[in-house]
Amino acid sequence: MASKKKTSNERVILNLQRTFCYLVLLFLTVLCLFSFYMLIINATRAHPDIMKGFTLLPGKSLITNWKNLMANQNLPVLQGIGNSFFISACSALLSTYFSALAAFGIHAYNFKFRNAAFTFILLIMMVPSQVSTLGLIRLMGQWNLLDTFVPLILPSIASASVFFFMKQYLESMLPIEIVESARMDGASEFRTFNSIVLPIMKPALAVQAIFSFVNAWNNYFLPSLIITSKEKKTLPILIAQLRSADFLKFDLGQVYMLIAVAIIPVLLMYLLLSRYIVRGITLGSVKG
Amino acid sequence: MGAIVFPKKKKRNSISYAKWGYIFIAPFFIVYAIFSLYPLLTTFYYSFFEHYRVGLTQVGPNFVGFDNYNALLTGADLLKYAGNTAIIWLAGFIPQILISLLLAVWFTDLRLRLRATSFFKTVIYMPNLIMAAAFSMLIWTLFSDNGPVNQVLAASGNQPIRFLASITGTRGLIALINFLMWFGNTTIMLMAGVMGIDSTLFEAAEIDGASSWQIFTKITIPLLRPILVYVLMTSMIGGIQMFDVPQIFTNGTGNPARTSMTLIMYLNKHLYSKNYGLAGALSVILFIITAIISFFVYRSLTAESRERKKAQKGI
Repeated sequence: MASKKKTSNERVILNLQRTFCYLVLLFLTVLCLFSFYMLIINATRAHPDIMKGFTLLPGKSLITNWKNLMANQNLPVLQGIGNSFFISACSALLSTYFSALAAFGIHAYNFKFRNAAFTFILLIMMVPSQVSTLGLIRLMGQWNLLDTFVPLILPSIASASVFFFMKQYLESMLPIEIVESARMDGASEFRTFNSIVLPIMKPALAVQAIFSFVNAWNNYFLPSLIITSKEKKTLPILIAQLRSADFLKFDLGQVYMLIAVAIIPVLLMYLLLSRYIVRGITLGSVKG
Repeated sequence: MGAIVFPKKKKRNSISYAKWGYIFIAPFFIVYAIFSLYPLLTTFYYSFFEHYRVGLTQVGPNFVGFDNYNALLTGADLLKYAGNTAIIWLAGFIPQILISLLLAVWFTDLRLRLRATSFFKTVIYMPNLIMAAAFSMLIWTLFSDNGPVNQVLAASGNQPIRFLASITGTRGLIALINFLMWFGNTTIMLMAGVMGIDSTLFEAAEIDGASSWQIFTKITIPLLRPILVYVLMTSMIGGIQMFDVPQIFTNGTGNPARTSMTLIMYLNKHLYSKNYGLAGALSVILFIITAIISFFVYRSLTAESRERKKAQKGI
C-alpha cells in the first residue's frame, strides 16, 4: 500500500517535471521561430501597413514587394541570388570531391608522410581563415584576381573540416578489402575511387555538400573584401549594403523581402533534409 | 569536374601504391599552400612593415620591426575591442552552455521520455544554418526604434525602448543572436556525449537511490568533461572570429561608442582602409591567441583518448 502511494506520488512528480520540460521547450521553440514568423508576415505587407503596427496575419503585398525589389536599381537581387548560388554550388562540389579524395588518399594508402599529413590537416582545422585574409587579398591583387569569384571558390578544395568528416566516415564504412578486390579486377586507382569509393560515401558527401553550400551561401567576411563591382555582389553583401543605406527612406516591404530571399532557400533545404543534417552534425566534430 | 586524367602506367609485379596517396592528397595540399599557407606567411611578413594610405598618398612599405605590434598593444583600442568581444561572447555562451546541458540531459533522460524530441532538435538547430548577416539584419529591423517590437510595446501602452542606442541593448541583442544560432548545435553535441556514457552507470545510480541532481553532478558532468572542454574551446575560437552579426547589426561602427566593436571588425576596418601593417600585426596576434586555445583543445582531446586507452587496458 505504502509503496503504491509512493509510485503514484512519483508519477505526479514526473508529470510535473515533464510539463515543465515541455514549457521550456515551447518557450525556446517560440524564441527560435518568432523572428522568422515576423519576417514572413512583414514580407507580405506594404510599407505603410508595416509602419502602422504589427499584426499576426499576413498582408496582400507579397507580389508587390517582390516586384518592387526586382525593380530596385541599386540592389541587383536576382544577380545576387545567381552569384551566391554559383559560388555556393561550386564550393560544395569542390570541397566534397577533393576532401573525399584526400581522405581516401590518407585512409587507403601507406606512405611516408601519411601521419604527418593527417596531423597537419587536424592542426589547420583550428586556424581561423580571417588571419590569412590580408595575405590572400594582396596575393589576389598581384594576380589580378580581386573582384573575381576565384578566391571565393578555389580555396574550398582544401576544407579541413570536410576532410576530417570524410576520414571518419571512411574509417567506419570502407573496408580496405573492397579497394584491394577492385585492384585485382584491374581497376585503376582513380577508377576505384570514382566508381567504387564515392558511391559508398554518398551519405557523407550529401551532408557535407549541404554544409559547404550553406557556409558559402552565408559567407560575408571574405566576399565583402574581394568583390567590388555591382554585378558580382553576393546576397550577404547586398544585405550589408541595405543596412548602410538610409533606412528610413527605404521601403520596409523590400527590406523584409530581401532578408526573406536570403534566408528562405536555406530554410527550405533544411526543412526537407533536416533528418540527415541533424544526424550529420556530431559525426565530424568530436571523435565519440 | 576537376578530374585530372593521369597517364596509365604499366603495372609491374611488385607495385608500391604509395604514390597514389601523394597524388590523392596533392590537390588539397597545393590549394592550401597557395590560398592559405602562403598568405598566412606573407601576413606575418607584412606585419613588420609600415604600409598604409592617407588620402591618395601611399606610405611605405617601410620596414619598421615591431612598431605595428607596439602601436596595437600599447593603444587603448585593441584592449577595448578584445573586452567587447569577450563580454558579448560570454553573454551568449553562458546561457548557451546552461540551456544546452539542460536540454541534452532532458532529451536523453530515460525516465522523462519526452516526445517529439526530433521536432525540437530540428527547430533549435535551424538558426545555425541561417545567414548570420540576414538574421542580424532581421533582428536589427525588428528591434529598431519604429520596429515591430516597439510597435507592440506602444500598442500595449508601454514606453518604447531604444534598444539600439543603449550599450546593453546592442550587446544583448548580438549575444541573443549568437545564443540562438549556437545553442541547438551545442545541445546536439552534448547529447551525443551523454548518449556515449555507459547507461549502466545511470541505472546503478538510480537503484542506489541517487537523485536526478546527484546523477547530473556526480556522473553526467564529470564524464562529459572532455566534450564540455571541447565545446568551450571551439566556442571561444568562434567567439574570437565573431564578425558578421555585430558588423551588420551596427553597420560596421560598433556603436554606441564602439562598445560592440569586435576584434575581427577591427581587422576588417584595417583591411578595408588598406592599412596593411596594422592589419598584419592584428592578424598575427589573433593567430597566436587561437593557436594557444587550439593547443589546449588538442591536449584535452588527446588526454581523453589516452585515458580511454588506459581504461581499456585495465579491463
